Amino acid sequence: MAKNIQSLERAAAMLRLLAGGERRLGLSDIASSLDLAKGTAHGILRTLQAEGFVEQDAASGRYQLGAELLRLGNSYLDVHELRARALVWTDDLARSSGESVHLGVLHQHGVLIVHHVFRPDDSRQVLEVGAMQPLHSTALGKVLTAFDPVAHTEVMEVDRKAFTPRTVTDVQEFESLLDHTRARGWAADLEETWEGVAAVAAPIHDRRRMPVGAIAITGAVERVCNDGELRPDLVAAVRDCARAVSRDLGAGRF
Amino acid sequence: MTDAHTTGPFIAAIDQGTTSSRCIVFDKDGRIVSVDQKEHEQIFPKPGWVEHDAAEIWTNVQEVVAGAIEKAGITSADVKAIGITNQRETTLLWDKNTGEPVHNAIVWQDTRTDALCKELGRNVGQDRFRRETGLPLASYFAGPKARWLLDNVEGLRERAERGDILFGTMDSWVIWNLTGGVDGGVHVTDVTNASRTMLMNLHTMEWDDKILQSMEVPAAILPEIRSSAEVYGLAKGGALDGIPVASALGDQQAALFGQTCYSKGEAKSTYGTGTFMLMNTGDEPVNSYNGLLTTVGYRIGDQKAVYALEGSIAVTGSLVQWMRDQMGLINSAAEIETLASSVEDNGGAYFVPAFSGLFAPYWRSDARGVIAGLTRYVTKAHIARAVLEATAWQTREITDAMTKDSGVELTALKVDGGMTSNNLLMQTLSDFLDAPVVRPMVAETTCLGAAYAAGLAVGFWPDTDALRANWRRAAEWTPRMDADKRDREYKSWLKAVERTMGWLDDEEN
Repeated sequence: MAKNIQSLERAAAMLRLLAGGERRLGLSDIASSLDLAKGTAHGILRTLQAEGFVEQDAASGRYQLGAELLRLGNSYLDVHELRARALVWTDDLARSSGESVHLGVLHQHGVLIVHHVFRPDDSRQVLEVGAMQPLHSTALGKVLTAFDPVAHTEVMEVDRKAFTPRTVTDVQEFESLLDHTRARGWAADLEETWEGVAAVAAPIHDRRRMPVGAIAITGAVERVCNDGELRPDLVAAVRDCARAVSRDLGAGRF
Repeated sequence: MTDAHTTGPFIAAIDQGTTSSRCIVFDKDGRIVSVDQKEHEQIFPKPGWVEHDAAEIWTNVQEVVAGAIEKAGITSADVKAIGITNQRETTLLWDKNTGEPVHNAIVWQDTRTDALCKELGRNVGQDRFRRETGLPLASYFAGPKARWLLDNVEGLRERAERGDILFGTMDSWVIWNLTGGVDGGVHVTDVTNASRTMLMNLHTMEWDDKILQSMEVPAAILPEIRSSAEVYGLAKGGALDGIPVASALGDQQAALFGQTCYSKGEAKSTYGTGTFMLMNTGDEPVNSYNGLLTTVGYRIGDQKAVYALEGSIAVTGSLVQWMRDQMGLINSAAEIETLASSVEDNGGAYFVPAFSGLFAPYWRSDARGVIAGLTRYVTKAHIARAVLEATAWQTREITDAMTKDSGVELTALKVDGGMTSNNLLMQTLSDFLDAPVVRPMVAETTCLGAAYAAGLAVGFWPDTDALRANWRRAAEWTPRMDADKRDREYKSWLKAVERTMGWLDDEEN
């Protein structure tokens, strides 16, 4: 039998001890129940506390199970929660960039648009919430594919159709594009999905650095590009916005 | 959030709300530059009583103003005016010589004046002052609260009659302190706040002597009634020393203003724990025969006052919270949409959350909540759907009442508040109203309204057209439901509403 890692076994025993009914236990109780030196028990508890698995009551100094355990059992982020958190930031992004903003998540081999902010002019626009976009050609899709291994697996299974002459369909080329996306932290779509339309997207991460969605600015090539490249100020704005939402997700407890 | 769009000058708006005080700095495009916020204590001396410590509120207001200015990285020289918006009806009396409140402020939700209001109705009932004030006799409004203080704080009536006491809603308290307090502070209120006291005549925009007599409130304690957008005075001391204090609007009216509902028939609805819908009815007050309130929308300087009809729904966002906290069916408010979206329709279930009776347009205190149409087929997802539909149907009922009273059809509904992030709710709302539902890009419409009014007063913006040009549509939902289905569903909803009535027996009321 392979030798197990002792500190993990001890940590598991501590969690079981704390899970035994609704109770808070002091350091000495925990140490003596598990037959550990106080210093050893304290070290393990501190690590568990840092991970959020254990919380210490400020008044009594006693320990109890932490909220992170509940999260583990119920870990996926509700997309509507994501929208609610992103609302203020995406409004501001649309306002400052003058272009429409989309928030997308991975869903059934594609990108599901869960939030859409209109371009802030007075033109008629249709709300695109609920629409699907392809993973391999859109900025949102490429960001998700680059950062989420599940999306990556899925994109390899689907037919990577050429929507325009600029759509990248070759596997090698696509993979190097994803490497590039991971390295610089954002993805572009220069008329690769729709003629005349360009987009830039950046990933949203939750507090465990898991990619949970992506934010994109989309607009006419003439407006969002300069000399065939996306305007750097738009790239910066999208990345700032995605970071702000990520920060919000990390800060909130429930 | 600093970029080329946010260069000065700026307007600072103070929102003295029910749970917190905030200050937001806006730029010329109406974009938010910085926000600071501080909560204050909710004091519950007895069941049904709610109070605030006005001294704590004033301290917090000073702090958030300084905080917002600092976060914006600007100085008072960059700020052209200060606007005020406030929780409505919350009532304070203070000593004008010491600047000290004589009692905690009595908050709008406080029901201690229930019996007094019944008594004031005499043989006429709760509509005794409706023609003059547009309001029914109810415990929310400020006049009866002032009367309660005068009757119950020892020696207060004598001090008031001697002229040592000032009355005000929170706008008056903040402005008086901002402009110097005991050292020359101006004692004013605006028409929107005055219209919530039950002491102002809607037609003359002046304190109504007859009502003051009936209510036994001495005229000496009352502030001067001014417009919502004019320079009341200059701030004295603090982070904004010397800056004009140039607007005051009750919070719901400020939201109407911030949503740029400047034409007759334009309406906004704010979806929070409860919902407040206001419709601009132009320069004539419209009497309501359908349980709505008639109130002042705003008045810009010496222009004509603009009136509004108001309908409120007691339970909207709080029903979602109830599903989360009491029922445990969801973990977060946003999850209601996930659960509700997992089914196509309500499965025949209707939820009427008459938790403390039915409000507009029914006003039945004997009603209690009902979930109707239950069968074995119904799941928690159907109930979640019924929860969202309840908010939409209640809005429809208010809208219908407004159309009946004003003769104006709603063309589009502008929405704000936390629940606007719920896409399914917004679509349902549009379906049930058979009208477009529009969300603006700035979520903070209340503060924005106060900033707009202050900016108009000092010429920062030339006119309301310029403000309209600032308004940006972030999203729009258009009706997708066919008329037959809508009518059928509405009928079922109304049947469910009927079933809530008469639940309490008379003696329990």
